[in-house]
Amino acid sequence: MCQIESYQEMFERVKEKGEGAFIPFIVVGDPDFETSLEIVKTYADSGADALELGFPFSDPLADGPTVQAADKRSLSSGMTTKRGFEFIKCIREYTNIPLGLLVYYNLIYKMGEDEFYKAAMECGLNGILVADLPPEEVGILLDTADKYGLDQIFMAAQTTTNERLEKIAEMCTGFLYVVAVMGVTGARSELADATVELVSRVRCHSDLPLAVGFGISHPEHIQNVLSAGSDGAIVASALLNIIEENLENKEVMLQKVGSFCRQLKEATRHKKIEELV
Amino acid sequence: MISKGKFGKFGGVFVPELLIPALEELEAAYLKYKDDDEFNNELNYYLKEFAGRPTALYHAENLSKKLGCKIYLKREDMLHTGAHKINNTLAQGLLAKYMGKTRLIAETGAGQHGIATAVVGALLGIPTEVYMGSEDVERQKLNVFRMELSNAAVLPVESGSRTLKDAINEAMRDWITNLKTTHYLIGSTMGPHPYPTMVKYFQSIIGQETKRQIMEKEGRLPDTIMACVGGGSNALGIFSEFIGDDEVELVGVEGGGHDIKSHRTGATLTMGTEGVLHGSLSYVLQNNDGQINEAHSVSAGLDYPGVGPEHAYLKDTSRACYDAVTDQEALEGFRLLSKTEGIIPALESAHAIAYAKKYAEKKENKGKIIIINLSGRGDKDMDLVSRQIGG
Ligand SMILES: Cc1ncc(COP(=O)(O)O)c(C=O)c1O
Repeated sequence: MCQIESYQEMFERVKEKGEGAFIPFIVVGDPDFETSLEIVKTYADSGADALELGFPFSDPLADGPTVQAADKRSLSSGMTTKRGFEFIKCIREYTNIPLGLLVYYNLIYKMGEDEFYKAAMECGLNGILVADLPPEEVGILLDTADKYGLDQIFMAAQTTTNERLEKIAEMCTGFLYVVAVMGVTGARSELADATVELVSRVRCHSDLPLAVGFGISHPEHIQNVLSAGSDGAIVASALLNIIEENLENKEVMLQKVGSFCRQLKEATRHKKIEELV
Repeated sequence: MISKGKFGKFGGVFVPELLIPALEELEAAYLKYKDDDEFNNELNYYLKEFAGRPTALYHAENLSKKLGCKIYLKREDMLHTGAHKINNTLAQGLLAKYMGKTRLIAETGAGQHGIATAVVGALLGIPTEVYMGSEDVERQKLNVFRMELSNAAVLPVESGSRTLKDAINEAMRDWITNLKTTHYLIGSTMGPHPYPTMVKYFQSIIGQETKRQIMEKEGRLPDTIMACVGGGSNALGIFSEFIGDDEVELVGVEGGGHDIKSHRTGATLTMGTEGVLHGSLSYVLQNNDGQINEAHSVSAGLDYPGVGPEHAYLKDTSRACYDAVTDQEALEGFRLLSKTEGIIPALESAHAIAYAKKYAEKKENKGKIIIINLSGRGDKDMDLVSRQIGG
């Protein structure tokens, strides 16, 4: 395996091509270890510039029904923290693009921060985003991330004040996760105007690469957030819905996942026409 | 945020970034209005005229004679809607009104907190929606009807274990989505800061009255105070005024379920380990990976795999001690109080009665003055108990 690509290198790579980064998400072990691995490989083969990987949690309070169902499938197929890291190791053997982990804090707390971050480094992760860990509770985690050469990624939301944005931008490395909606994860048909405003506001306060997530479900959404100044887009529920709808037929599932990924990646190549002139 | 709401290392604000500004807004409003004359006048008016405060500190002579201790009952069961929950819902409902919120949401397990929120919504004219696990909706049909009579919408939650913890998840998700208009009225001393501090403050009226009353009646402090612990609000409410009085023993009684050593238990402090659930670090029932277990208790109000963070602190500093009684013992406590005193306790409160019985049986405790917080009445449990022990 050649060297792991950093977030910075990845964002520069896509920028040079005049594109945005396409970052698909999966709950590791959904619907089971093997299938999940094939899905992630399909992501990687279909244009993913980086991967966002979630560990399942019994009580995911930032997530809507789609991710909740994925968490449940994964947990009932026997996923554990240890198996989760093994899973990531398998992906790392397959691709060198950046791998980010999305996790709820209790899984880290239970294992111990140091041990968890060490395991994360050893399996080849680039960064960790803790869904329920705001800057107030970071404690020594930044040092731990630093110790193991991992990026600590944070979220910025519409409710985040400029003052907080500055603080968050200072702590954050890798990229800043911009939460597109006021709400939980889940596919949405429309992208709010406020999302576009938020991207430009965050842009003013940070030089970090920005990736927008929550609710991004159509190629147009991707074009909109990229033209607003985002460097990438994270797609979760829209892909998980395809998985859920095709649990009975793996071949069809992989084929649909692949073709949707190619569409989404394609959208990152064409920012809105009016923005180009 | 002015404070991170820590009790030792416990508590905190373990929530998604989206919620932080809402918690800041709530903390600011709480700090402002808790010392505001107009707010307090209105709250005290409703506590007295609507809810029925103060509640009696009743010397339960028959039970005392039977158990060989001097037992007082703090009669929170006499309050409107039948439990201490109304102290908190009146206060937070008013706070929401002062904050200009136009919608209340709440979670409920047994339905007590849901009802107490629903009536406050009706009283103050604020539309109210209550999340309730679909399992609990089944178990507590009458309470669903009571909430709906008071104009609240009951939203059954199908996710997870379909009980209280999942109702809380769903209420949090709703709140994240509707922050501007909505106040999330949490029903116990749990959740992220400022809830544990704020709910304790609004429930501390129980302890203030109790202290005054016991001094009037006995001219001294009690030896022991007992209260059941679900999230921990009735217990902290009565403990609060006595935490500084080291000579007063404080005991929290958890729902042991079938057997505390099995997985079928609600005894979070007794059997759980440190972890983060619903926004704060405390004790939780969880597996080796940190996945949260389902709790089990015959009483829906104690059927929760978490517990308020201040209780974790009181346990670790040994200022309070915690123990659990089983479903079976609680049912015996339920019968004992009904028979000896003609007072039918809530199943939650029956846990404290059952513990008092075990406590009084010990030689070293004979003759002690014990106060039991009778957090609620048993009307809501008639159906379940009649099925369990036969009429
Ligand atoms: C009567 C009664 N007591 C106790 C409880 C447990 O809550 P807490 O521990 O917050 O007092 C409940 C909860 O529904 C209740 O209804």
